[in-house]
Amino acid sequence: MAADTPTGYIKHHLSNLTYGKVPAGTELCDGSVAQSEQWLLAACESEMDAMGFWAFHVDSLAFSGLLGVLFIAIFAMVARRASAGVPSGLVNFVEMVVEFVDTSVRDSFHGKSKLIAPLALTIFCWVFIMSSVKLLPVDSATGLANLFGLHYLKIVPTVDPNITLAMSFSVLFLVIGFSISSKGFGGFIGELTLHPFEVKNPIGKVLFIPINFILETVALLAKPVSLGLRLFGNMFAGEFVFILLAAMLGYWQFIGAVPWAIFHLLVIPLQSFIFMILTIVYLSMASEHH
Amino acid sequence: MNINATLLGQVVWFALFVWFCMKFVWPPIMGALTERKQKIADGLSAADRAARDLELAQAKASSNLHEAKEKAAEIIEAANRRANQILEEAKVNAKTEGDRLVAKAQAEIEQEVNQAREQLRKEVSALALKGAEQVLGAEVNQDAHKQLLEQLAAEL
Repeated sequence: MAADTPTGYIKHHLSNLTYGKVPAGTELCDGSVAQSEQWLLAACESEMDAMGFWAFHVDSLAFSGLLGVLFIAIFAMVARRASAGVPSGLVNFVEMVVEFVDTSVRDSFHGKSKLIAPLALTIFCWVFIMSSVKLLPVDSATGLANLFGLHYLKIVPTVDPNITLAMSFSVLFLVIGFSISSKGFGGFIGELTLHPFEVKNPIGKVLFIPINFILETVALLAKPVSLGLRLFGNMFAGEFVFILLAAMLGYWQFIGAVPWAIFHLLVIPLQSFIFMILTIVYLSMASEHH
Repeated sequence: MNINATLLGQVVWFALFVWFCMKFVWPPIMGALTERKQKIADGLSAADRAARDLELAQAKASSNLHEAKEKAAEIIEAANRRANQILEEAKVNAKTEGDRLVAKAQAEIEQEVNQAREQLRKEVSALALKGAEQVLGAEVNQDAHKQLLEQLAAEL
């Protein structure tokens, strides 16, 4: 699928390696028509478009998993060696990160939870590592993919909205869980239906329940959506500029790509931090009583 | 840009990594950090304690030194006193000994003198008797004239 035009090039670089189910009657890339619905690795955009919900971005999942394992491996290795003695090298660095996350959690979250600090650490480090892959030249990934005969390969997981939204909606489930565990199920429902319009008499109360429910639900859902889309948007925009530079300048891309990458040394930690801190804030809001 | 089942896969990854982190990464690192914090706090307080102990020890040492000096001065004074006393005693002893020796010598001299006198007296009486014999030409009865002779000897 070598892209000859800049548009094609950009589109190619923004496509994931997708494994999914195409329905019967789909026109396949080789021109034939699928007789029955089948699972296949998409080789061109028309196949990709034909796939519905049941499709997996293999590259996103593989790289996010790989980088997650990398994070866990480094930190678990340090955790095994951690002692009260004098730290050195990698241990020192990891402890610094852990301490930083711990301070952030303590500043914003006043409840007691065994989950929230490791959650924040995972989010921060994982998002950071996943986004850092972006600093590799854009064509290194597709070049590697071509060696293995793959048509597409997008190695930056956070440029895939599925990845960021999956994390932010996981956070939403945790928010709901924290709300219920701290206020009870009734308290959680009450929070959804009895605010922001509070009326004293029972009739008015019942009348306002649907209105409140709609408003609060929107507010509740806006949190993870904005959380996920913020990260995705930032990473996508950054990646898009890299691809654009590569498409327009070819090997001269470094003239633009190097300053942009340096700028992203700032953006990547910042976005990781924002994702982490907002998660903490949402969870602390969920576990506080009004 | 379509949303698809990748979402579910990523949720699984996410749950897995968070669980792993919560189970095997966070507790040991946090434990080590807390332990080290405690260790440092202990070390600092120990250092404080040591400094205080040092101060106390120095104060004690200087007071001991002072006391020792005082004691030494006292001992020296006592020794001086004792030396004077011994000297005094020795003087007195020497004087009495000397006096005694002098008295003894005098007594001896007196005794010798008395002895000599006694002897002399005896000799004189013998001489007188002899002389008288010569003069009288007769034998003087010693017993008869004993009283006279003794009287004579006593007069000498």
